[in-house]
Amino acid sequence: MARKAITGNGAVALALKQVEPDVMSAYPITPQTEIAQNYAQYVADGDVVTEYIPVESEHSAMSAAIGSAAAGARTITATSSQGFALMWEMLFIAASLRLPITMPVVTRALSGPINIHCDHSDSMGGRDCGWIQIYGEDAQEGYDNAIQAFRIAEHMDVRLPVMTMIDGFIISGAIGPLETLADDQVKEFVGDYQAVNPLLDTENPVTVGPFDGLHGWYFEHKVSQNRAMDNAMGVIETVGAEYGKLTGRPYSHFVAHRLEDAEVALVAIGSAAGNAKTVVDQLRRQGQKVGLLKVRTFRPFPARQIAEALAGVQVVGVMDRSDSFGAEGGPLFTELRSALYDSQPRPQMLNFIYGLGGRDIFPGDIEEAVALLERAAAGEAVAQSRHYLNLRED
Amino acid sequence: MEQVTEIRWHARGGQGAVTAAKMTAEVALSQDKYFQAFPEYGPERSGAPIVAFTRLSDQPIQVYSAIEHPNYVLVLDPTLLDVVDVTAGTGDGAVIIINSEESYDSIAGRPDMTGKKVYTVPATKIALETIKRAIPNTPLIGALAQVSGLFPLDGIVDEVRTSMSKKFSEEVVNANLEAVKRGYKEVSGE
Amino acid sequence: MSKTSRKKWDYHDIAQWGPGRHELGATIPVSGTADDYDTGGWRSERPLRDREKCNDCMICFFACPDSSVIVEDGKMATIDLKHCKGCGICAQVCPRDAIELKNEIIARKLEEE
Repeated sequence: MARKAITGNGAVALALKQVEPDVMSAYPITPQTEIAQNYAQYVADGDVVTEYIPVESEHSAMSAAIGSAAAGARTITATSSQGFALMWEMLFIAASLRLPITMPVVTRALSGPINIHCDHSDSMGGRDCGWIQIYGEDAQEGYDNAIQAFRIAEHMDVRLPVMTMIDGFIISGAIGPLETLADDQVKEFVGDYQAVNPLLDTENPVTVGPFDGLHGWYFEHKVSQNRAMDNAMGVIETVGAEYGKLTGRPYSHFVAHRLEDAEVALVAIGSAAGNAKTVVDQLRRQGQKVGLLKVRTFRPFPARQIAEALAGVQVVGVMDRSDSFGAEGGPLFTELRSALYDSQPRPQMLNFIYGLGGRDIFPGDIEEAVALLERAAAGEAVAQSRHYLNLRED
Repeated sequence: MEQVTEIRWHARGGQGAVTAAKMTAEVALSQDKYFQAFPEYGPERSGAPIVAFTRLSDQPIQVYSAIEHPNYVLVLDPTLLDVVDVTAGTGDGAVIIINSEESYDSIAGRPDMTGKKVYTVPATKIALETIKRAIPNTPLIGALAQVSGLFPLDGIVDEVRTSMSKKFSEEVVNANLEAVKRGYKEVSGE
Repeated sequence: MSKTSRKKWDYHDIAQWGPGRHELGATIPVSGTADDYDTGGWRSERPLRDREKCNDCMICFFACPDSSVIVEDGKMATIDLKHCKGCGICAQVCPRDAIELKNEIIARKLEEE
């Protein structure tokens, strides 16, 4: 196992190179550009044998990926922000056609005002498009998740597309340490691609994407998609454990950090989970009973396991890097509150919105959030409404 | 639910069943009744079997699903009898009104019509003789008025005149009124 | 109709299938299933051909959108009534007015006689 200094984007592009899929169709967009660019370079240099399709938009990138995957090729793309939004209608089609496309998403705010910086508005907005969603904290997780994504997506009990997220700029552009596997280790871990009903099998013609009207089976197909999501729960854990044996870095749906006797806890996703962990450790040293749950798998959402991990916590603070306008809170919050509804006793829950459009989140902001959780735990009446971290107040 | 009258229309795309379902509902408007009319939405293909529904009631209607157990079934095209189960969901005594020039007995004697109150009306013939086109919807509405007594012939005539005058010439409107009246007169049953 | 590469896929009871029985992604895993679709049920008028007038020019064969004009030994043999929707294009394009559309019920009787 080699160790190197590399950007988050570089790490993800390297993982893709080591897998060496058959086809990549991609359109560059900030802050994902480096992934598409690096991969195009690998192709141009002859480092990989991949058909690289330079397309004119992300809608075409996903459309080409769908065509390629339906033809029977292991297929990837990558995107961010407005590109993700432009893919929107095709994301649902990739999932409903059960095509195991994998796609790193370098998360970025959606306009407007025009903003190129990190938040989770793009990927969180796409949480119901039928893709498996796995969030990474740093470059290492971006690399590891990008590799595992192929095994999860292509598993015969799953056959769903997988997107793996890293935070735009914060992770994608920062140089950090990365432990890499050898190319042959990655290829062996991922294994050979097995196509299902491929269009290019001309001996066995099939129809992909037929019309399914009023008295058809649309409803049944949607239910089978959800069953595949159920199956993915176990597959993600199995693949994460196997990857752990290979690398010493096992993965599951989330990481429970110092939750055993915690009275209050934060739930975070993405790079901010690292900030939160640092704050939790520091507060623990001061004797405060605070813990952290870092979410990795957001779709399928491991609600039951998360509820078990948070059992006994009095006040849970959920940190959202995107907002859901007009809703009770950000997407992670509403998911968490639903997951904990049946907990006995049911914890109090607060939502912290932070980091929109790249607004930084400092340790002091997180300490402020924990202080509010502790005041609520001590019996002080704290409003359920959204709390904003590092917002310029009126 | 008992006081809701449920009507199902069977036709082929292009025969005017959706218009008939709506006109029937609009007659109810003029009678200060509550009503609902809707087609079963799907790809519009001329000639393909289609279904439309009408609900009539003295009370507000709050069920929006397709009609499962119609009191009245109107068949605008006799060739559908061998393609679609037009009596599906109907109980004993349900009224089936069929556009047909066949002898009454050959239609009413079909096994699937056992226990139903069957009526026939030569609606296509009437349509060809009045409006000069094979669109049998207006004679069927006349037949429905006669058989069901749900609304008087005058009510239907007024409604057809009002709704068609917006779009069609007086000649076409009068031809349709004649078609309604002849459907009312020429429907025959047991 | 060519069925040379048709795989077997038993879907006779597909109307009752629950979520677990369908092919991944709603793919239809065999070819030629349009053959099983009875578009003849849409027909309210039937094309009747006058053998005397017809000179087997095949223009109707090329124009038919449902490939329902059946040709045998280079001659127009018959109409595939399982698939003919009664659209009337054949009658429209026939240069010798050899095809006439007749009310389905009347046509059925004529053919029975």
